[in-house]
Amino acid sequence: MPSANLVRLVLLEARRGALPWLALTAVALSLGLAAFLSQVALTESRSLQAAIVAAVLRACAVFLVAAHVAASVLREINDKSLELMLSLPLARSAQYNGRFLGFALCGVLLALFFALPLLFWASPAAVVLWGISLAFEAALMAAATLFFAMSLAQLLPAIAASAGFYLLARTMASIQAIATGPHRDESTADRIARWAVDAVALLFPRLDGVTRTEWLLYGAPPAGTYAAALGGLAVYGVLLIAAGLFDFHRRSA
Amino acid sequence: MSSELRPLSAVPFWICALLALTLGLQIASRLSGPALRVSADLPPPPRPEALRLASFAEEPAAARLAMLYLQAFDYRGDNRIPYQKLDYGRLIGWLDAILALDPRSDYPLFSAARIYAENPDGARSRQMLEWVYRAFLDDPNRRWPWLAHAALLAKHRLNDLPLALRYAQAVERYATDQNVPSWAKQMQIFILEDMNELDAARTMIASLLESGRIHDPAEIRFLKERLQELAARRARRR
Repeated sequence: MPSANLVRLVLLEARRGALPWLALTAVALSLGLAAFLSQVALTESRSLQAAIVAAVLRACAVFLVAAHVAASVLREINDKSLELMLSLPLARSAQYNGRFLGFALCGVLLALFFALPLLFWASPAAVVLWGISLAFEAALMAAATLFFAMSLAQLLPAIAASAGFYLLARTMASIQAIATGPHRDESTADRIARWAVDAVALLFPRLDGVTRTEWLLYGAPPAGTYAAALGGLAVYGVLLIAAGLFDFHRRSA
Repeated sequence: MSSELRPLSAVPFWICALLALTLGLQIASRLSGPALRVSADLPPPPRPEALRLASFAEEPAAARLAMLYLQAFDYRGDNRIPYQKLDYGRLIGWLDAILALDPRSDYPLFSAARIYAENPDGARSRQMLEWVYRAFLDDPNRRWPWLAHAALLAKHRLNDLPLALRYAQAVERYATDQNVPSWAKQMQIFILEDMNELDAARTMIASLLESGRIHDPAEIRFLKERLQELAARRARRR
């Protein structure tokens, strides 16, 4: 029950803040950009619109969730309301999980809202799969930003760490492809570099394999691939929550 | 928030003047400068891996944006003939990288076959047609329309019937999907006719009819008429 109250408070804060208006602005801007670009396209104007809207809204969803989580947690830390909460007879796990569930729910609602415009260009089944995947991705980023905000306790480092984490998770496969590409040499330094890249990649979720625009343009992915991609995100989300709980339980105040 | 603000008169006059002056200078500097950069060379193409990295795993959007960039590149110039100044080697490198980014997109092949290959410069046109041919071989059942168009360009614009025949034969041989229309598969017949290779054209029509791949009665009738016509032409030549 304390967790449910925290969820409600987080959602209330999101509703009273600028989040709904920012979400609406993001949709309007993405539609405007897509309409402009489709005017200059010589072919594939519909798929260009779908691809641009999907890419922009995916980035906006993640950015809005991360910024909201970081700002909300840091406000709690700075105005000492977190200290007050910790002094109450509430389990720390319940407090942390309540916040996470609230932020994750914000991400899910944003993802569902952002999936709606894509119905103009893609089949409902593809949009549903894309929207669910974005909801998972946004929830994962809520967990990551909550972890960074709680442990770093400063706004700029928390947002920078979240942005770095997200961008690396989306580009890690490309970095690995470049590291093992045909232009490499076989020197020791090169082997160490490749090994380091592969080792770093093990620590990141495969965000390049989820919320794919191809699903909207060329059809839904095989069920096994889709389930494996979302399953990977779910496991990583639990890992982030566990790391956050570990840090939160060690927090003195 | 407005209730928290002091009245406008609280701001010193010199700050208002500075604000207005710098805003005016900014607008004036933008108006006086050149609006667009004039026809610089196309930059060297990026490696597909680098383009994929820059796309942040949004390959379809990045591929289409890169095509818009490429397409707009020559518009900036003052070229009397479109694309006359473009370095086609670099252009092909860009098209390769973009196609590798999203192999299911038609945009690079559309632009190559319909825009860049229609360059009045025959050498550049051939260069682009060869790229279309190479790209076709990677996915013939999806990309056959562009090679069919390349065959038409080779025949009518370049007047190079052997080249047109090579492309038409590739469509016939490699595009095996049921959805590939008969006209595309039969293009080589008409090219052979134009080359006065009447025996080869007759053999091809006869083998098509015998293969049982054609079911449409109207198409069978058309091909039989064509066969008779070829026989008549051959008799006249003798």
